[in-house]
Amino acid sequence: MADASYPDELLYHPEHDWARIDPDDPALATFGITWYAQDALGEVVFFEAPEVGATLTRGEPYAEVESVKAVSDVVAPLSGEIVEVNDALESDPAPINEDPYGEGWLVKVRMSDPAEHETLMDAASYTATLAG
Amino acid sequence: MTPVTDLELPLQRERARTIFQKGAPGRRAFLCPELDVPRIGSDELLPERFRRGEPPRLSEVSEPEIVRHYVGLSKRNFDLDSGFYPLGSCTMKHNPRLHERAAALPGHSRLHPLQDPERAQGALELMWNLQEALTEISGLPHVSLQPSAGSHGELAGVLLTRAFHEDRREGGRVPNKVLTPDTAHGTNPATVTMAGLEVVKVATDEHGGVDIEDLRAKADADVACLMLTNPNTLGLFDPNIVEIAEIVHGVGATLYYDGANLNAVMGLSRPGDMGFDIVHFNLHKSFTQPHGGGGPGSGPIAVSDRVAPFLPVPTVSRGENGSFDLDYGRGQVGSKSIGRLRGFQGNYGCFVRAYAYICSLGGDGLKDASETAVLNANYLLARLKEAGVAEYLPLAYGELCMHEFVLSGGPMKKELKIKTLDLAKRLLDFGFHPPTVYFPLLVEEALMVEPTETETRETLDAFAEAIAQILREAATDGPEVAQNAPYTTPVRRLDEVAAAKHPLIRQVL
Amino acid sequence: MSRYTAITDADLDAMLEAIGVASTQELFDRQIPQAVRLGRPLALPDGRGEQEVYEHLRELASRNTSAEDELSFLGAGMYDHYVPALIDMLTERSEFLTPYTPYQPEISQGGLQVMFEYQTAISELTALPVANASVYEGPSAVAAAGYLAKLHNSRRRFVVSAGLHPHSIETLRTYAHGYGMEVVEVPLREGVTDPGAWAQAIDADTSAAIFAQPNVYGAVEDAAALSEATKAVGNPVVIAQVDPITLGILAPPGECGVDVAVGEGQPLGNRLDFGGPSFGFFAAREEYLRRMPGRIAGETTDVDGRRGFVLTLQTREQHIRREKATSNICTAQALNALGGVVYLTWLGRRGIVELGELLLARTHYARETLSALDGIEPLHSQPVIREFAVRLDANVAAVKRRCAAEGVNPGVDLQKLTGREEDRGGLLVAITEQRSRADIDRLVDVLGAAVAAEREMVLA
Repeated sequence: MADASYPDELLYHPEHDWARIDPDDPALATFGITWYAQDALGEVVFFEAPEVGATLTRGEPYAEVESVKAVSDVVAPLSGEIVEVNDALESDPAPINEDPYGEGWLVKVRMSDPAEHETLMDAASYTATLAG
Repeated sequence: MTPVTDLELPLQRERARTIFQKGAPGRRAFLCPELDVPRIGSDELLPERFRRGEPPRLSEVSEPEIVRHYVGLSKRNFDLDSGFYPLGSCTMKHNPRLHERAAALPGHSRLHPLQDPERAQGALELMWNLQEALTEISGLPHVSLQPSAGSHGELAGVLLTRAFHEDRREGGRVPNKVLTPDTAHGTNPATVTMAGLEVVKVATDEHGGVDIEDLRAKADADVACLMLTNPNTLGLFDPNIVEIAEIVHGVGATLYYDGANLNAVMGLSRPGDMGFDIVHFNLHKSFTQPHGGGGPGSGPIAVSDRVAPFLPVPTVSRGENGSFDLDYGRGQVGSKSIGRLRGFQGNYGCFVRAYAYICSLGGDGLKDASETAVLNANYLLARLKEAGVAEYLPLAYGELCMHEFVLSGGPMKKELKIKTLDLAKRLLDFGFHPPTVYFPLLVEEALMVEPTETETRETLDAFAEAIAQILREAATDGPEVAQNAPYTTPVRRLDEVAAAKHPLIRQVL
Repeated sequence: MSRYTAITDADLDAMLEAIGVASTQELFDRQIPQAVRLGRPLALPDGRGEQEVYEHLRELASRNTSAEDELSFLGAGMYDHYVPALIDMLTERSEFLTPYTPYQPEISQGGLQVMFEYQTAISELTALPVANASVYEGPSAVAAAGYLAKLHNSRRRFVVSAGLHPHSIETLRTYAHGYGMEVVEVPLREGVTDPGAWAQAIDADTSAAIFAQPNVYGAVEDAAALSEATKAVGNPVVIAQVDPITLGILAPPGECGVDVAVGEGQPLGNRLDFGGPSFGFFAAREEYLRRMPGRIAGETTDVDGRRGFVLTLQTREQHIRREKATSNICTAQALNALGGVVYLTWLGRRGIVELGELLLARTHYARETLSALDGIEPLHSQPVIREFAVRLDANVAAVKRRCAAEGVNPGVDLQKLTGREEDRGGLLVAITEQRSRADIDRLVDVLGAAVAAEREMVLA
């Protein structure tokens, strides 16, 4: 994705991960990494999806994204259990760079404590941290 | 200089074929000695179920084919004998061939590591003498030659630190943090993790040294060690080293010296005198062990009295009658050694070469080598501070440097739209090996230059002129020339992303 | 000016002026605090010219008894194989001897392609799909493999066969203490890993199960059975330290259920050098590719479509992942690995099999003829390929001294090597293609006489 973008409807974790709460099911969320993260990494060469059923803890790493020059932890913005993973990325991780908020989604999680979303930032607050 | 883009050079025309793609069934080089013992039915010697079915698919080539293939490959390599190689922190100094001749003597090269010590006295004396020399150079009295490389020596150092603390605390809480500056070489944090400890980064101040206030804040009873190199990876000698040592020792921690930059201070300042407890040497840097395309290396360590009990075994000992032995410490009651780090006693072939170098130079020669290394670096820096270069590649920190210096390509990237990577690739067309790029991470678009003492002034001038020319080229003709370099190398820029995405790491047969 | 430097007085003047300092000393006075300046010359002997230095090194060499000076049957991890002359020629070439790690691949295609070919050769030899560009040597390769297992399954103990080389066990213990793993040793029975004890030792908390092939007593293990036994409980990573010379005729680790195969590469075209430098090889199943330590060369293309090679998967290594690195190994033993791949190419597909058969026959012959002597019996009767152990009814050191007087080194004092009381009287005898039948017959004569003389002395 050529230009920086941070969709308003998403919530953001300071370590460059986003969460989208499912409009139809407030206990379900999708996670991924932000434009800033994919830009800093460079072209992603490898993503190994974690297991369905794994438990995530807010603020703890749950996977790694690997580029030619670096490996980055992917941090869970919220706690819960993984119900779906984006397996397609294992054979072609390009969507993580090209469409980090769409096809580049990483996991879908059933949240254990939906109220946790209050700890996350909105797009404006998150982009403010990038400028600093 | 107009880049050649539509004319293929012979080395470029030659397409890469591995040895597995050459040869033909039936060809061979090795002639096996004749079977001169009674031939028993082969099943009796080795049961069928343990036998290999299909042999490994090694090549079938004649000796001339082997020679032509590998000599041909050698011509697709740039090397130190052929040209200037200013890789920062690697100390690419001349590799004297005397050392190869000495190391090839059968008394050294065909000596089995388990030969009885009484019949390996020459080897043990050589190791002892080398230990003594390293003691004098480092200012620390106890040496182990065992570690196989710099990073191996670092692991030894961290394990020693851990053993030291475990011994002192005796079941109590053992400090588990290792402080490293954010300019540290990548091996340091990896080593710490392997030794079961935790890395904590210490900030660098605006002069390029350790931020003393940050160090004070982080130095507590949980700190086991501070790992440092001095001069650091910015090529700067930390003027606060004495204070740093006091702070670290004050909380009971050890101070570890990464010897990668020893070439700046031999005979001028000693890590032991700076307050370090553990020093590791890279024999393949300051002591001319050839780099061999990446290895072998050797990483001996020297330690203070308080760390000595934990040294790996075996060590070389000298008896009262002057004879030498290997001391294993095994079964000795109260041995506190951390144990072995590898098989046998270390990379003896490297000891022979390093020892020959030390014998050749002597104390004065080593000091002169360091003085000249620092002189050469400062001279090259001065040339690169001239107009036409300095505004694009400013020195990142300080004014003078030790044996290496770090420039920042930030202004170059902004003004000329070429990155440090592009500059490096364009240098290849000028017949130079580029400096180290993108390290230390602290400096934007870093370029780390270490000329070493064995280069002539003319070479340094030619290198400075090449940099200036590349910058002029970018300024007048635009960034594309450098961005698409190199043009004259056996292959041009390679797709590293594809190599990482779809790893192909062996010949498919 | 000293050796190898070239700065003349004229150069110096011009350089100091360009820098803007009055003297070289000023460069140090301004950068190093007086408190830490050495202030005296180094207390080392004066430097000497090339001729004198060579003479000194030659004198030291003359006080070593090498395989050139005696008939040697020493082994236990490093062996006196014949190194063909073309390896000396290639490893002395400037283009292979003097460059650094191939960070600029465009001008390092020679070295990178050598790594790629070496990786291929090791993969073929071990029958495992992925191999790195080499690690330091054998025992530390075992420790590195253990670390890989720990990263892979986060379990807490290693189960190791007592047949593993003692240096490997000790090195593993040293490293394991660092990264917090328990090491449990399984005894041998009749010269090979006790299958019952092995199966019992492995549990759900076992990270890796490690054995040697052949083991340190020269015995061929039932590798497939040992691997199989681990699958039942918790499926730890199966690691084998293998002797590469035997892989022409011995079932390779990849076909015996082994996950990671490592070993000492010295027998492949490298000198003894009193124990180093050499190289360690490291090969594994595909799934461990991204956890492999060390350098790896990979194939790719350049902008014009030419085939080329680069260092790849470097994110696993020390310089990018830093504290999450799979290891701290920075150097590949590139020059030694070059010797290794050239040696394997020189042996060729047929040569490695023929060599294996030759060693097998001669080793068996040596064991048979020695065992027929009084006071010498085999330590075990397992199949052997290139090395075997006997027990002498006499003091091993005394026997060795008598043999030395006859110019023969009959082998390694086993108890000194392993430190085990049950190995008292043991001698480990290694056979290479350089030990002919006549040499073996001489060993039999000399060793037989030495043992007889010692026994007689004791009785008297």
